[in-house]
Amino acid sequence: MIEIDVRKRLDEAQELQVSLHIESGSFTAISGPSGSGKTTLLRILAGLEGCEGTIRVDGETWRDTTTFVPPQRREIGFVFQDYALFENMSVEKNLLFAADDRPLAEELLEMTGLAALRHRRPATLSGGQKQRVALCRALMRRPKLLLLDEPLSALDPAMRRKLQEEIARLHERFATTTLLVSHDPAEIYRLATRVVLFEAGRVVREASPQEAFLRTAGSRKFTFSAEIVDIVEADAAYVAVVAIGHQLVEVVLDSFEAATLSPGDRVRVGAKAFAPVIG
Amino acid sequence: MEHFDAAPFWLSFRLALTVTVILFVIAVPVAWWLGRTRSRLKPIVEAVVALPIVLPPSVLGFYLLYALSYDSPLGAFFERALGVKLVFSFTGLVIASCFYSFPFMVQPLQSGFEHLNPRMLEAAFLAGKGSLQTLFRVALPNIRPALISALVITFAHTVGEFGVVLMVGGSIPGETRVASVAIYEMVETMDYTQAHLYSALLLAMSFSILLGVYVFNRNYRKHLGWRDD
Repeated sequence: MIEIDVRKRLDEAQELQVSLHIESGSFTAISGPSGSGKTTLLRILAGLEGCEGTIRVDGETWRDTTTFVPPQRREIGFVFQDYALFENMSVEKNLLFAADDRPLAEELLEMTGLAALRHRRPATLSGGQKQRVALCRALMRRPKLLLLDEPLSALDPAMRRKLQEEIARLHERFATTTLLVSHDPAEIYRLATRVVLFEAGRVVREASPQEAFLRTAGSRKFTFSAEIVDIVEADAAYVAVVAIGHQLVEVVLDSFEAATLSPGDRVRVGAKAFAPVIG
Repeated sequence: MEHFDAAPFWLSFRLALTVTVILFVIAVPVAWWLGRTRSRLKPIVEAVVALPIVLPPSVLGFYLLYALSYDSPLGAFFERALGVKLVFSFTGLVIASCFYSFPFMVQPLQSGFEHLNPRMLEAAFLAGKGSLQTLFRVALPNIRPALISALVITFAHTVGEFGVVLMVGGSIPGETRVASVAIYEMVETMDYTQAHLYSALLLAMSFSILLGVYVFNRNYRKHLGWRDD
């Protein structure tokens, strides 16, 4: 069990104030707008930033009024968004630098398909390969807590998908308590069993990914957030061209709606009584 | 040609090597601190470190001469307690050169440390490594071009100094008469043949050293797999 009850000033206007309990072995996602303190919380847990309050991990105190366990002794695995690999070391040395445990390094390299790249320098690897090395390195010390700070956000969708599977496999194998910061509902849905939503330094909601993301308002079957690209007049009505992700769709508007909306507005697009076909 | 005397070159080389080794030991902690600190004292320390670059060598030389002479407490202490004469001696030259070349060692290292990804250092802490191990196994190896620049430029700059060594060391053959001072004397005594020879040698040496640094840095990038964009 990881018990977190911490406070830290983020800037003049905002304070991070978080109280959370996390089950050992669980996979929890943290989501919320940028600047809401997600990364700061991970850095506080890692001991890279100070804070007020208490952090207890499996009965061991990492932080309270009299204790501050430095990052070196916290048994943390941390995966940074920009990988932060040791550029002067080969893939294998990156792992062994964290812990001189050859059998574990071997297993991780095999599991992530990096065995053939073991002697390569990080600068010669692709983004996905680098992130795999960063993941393996983070697991080398058999950490009590694995912290993933938007680890896949710099990768293309196909690579994200593959790495999500690998993260899931590694979590299954090592059962490391994991905290993942992510903006991607699909990613959270695939990996996490619980999601914590942050806003302005506070936890505003804790739920399962299903509860948090599969909710639609009222009787609507689908809702998407979208952006209005264009509004054109067609006969007596108006048609809005709306972008949902990379997909453009047309939505009929009445004249009142057409007058209150303009291109560039963020809107929610919903559909009722609608039988979708997946093909 | 028959009276070519290699002693001044040898002396310059010894001086530069000694100063480079001493300054490396002193400058690495200073640069490591400067590169990472958020202290309000940082600009003051930076200004002090950079002073020898802007001060006329004669000013620096004058202060050092004064500080190291028998009339100053420091000079008197060294003379009485240790029996070491600080002015017009090789020891004095080493001390003076350390002051003079200090910024040339600190600044490239500091810039190297500042350009390191801070998260790479944090990753080393999270890998259980303390500050010293992080410095020697992660930080220094990852600023190798800056490190080589610092060492080589400090060496070359010490070989090339003139004003400070002349003021603090004078020109005692085999003790303080380094190559640059020897050339000055040759010109004064209108021995242009020797002056040409010495100057050409110094020019060739300096060029080779700088060329070596730039070739190394270029190859190092390739070695790490960086592409030159």
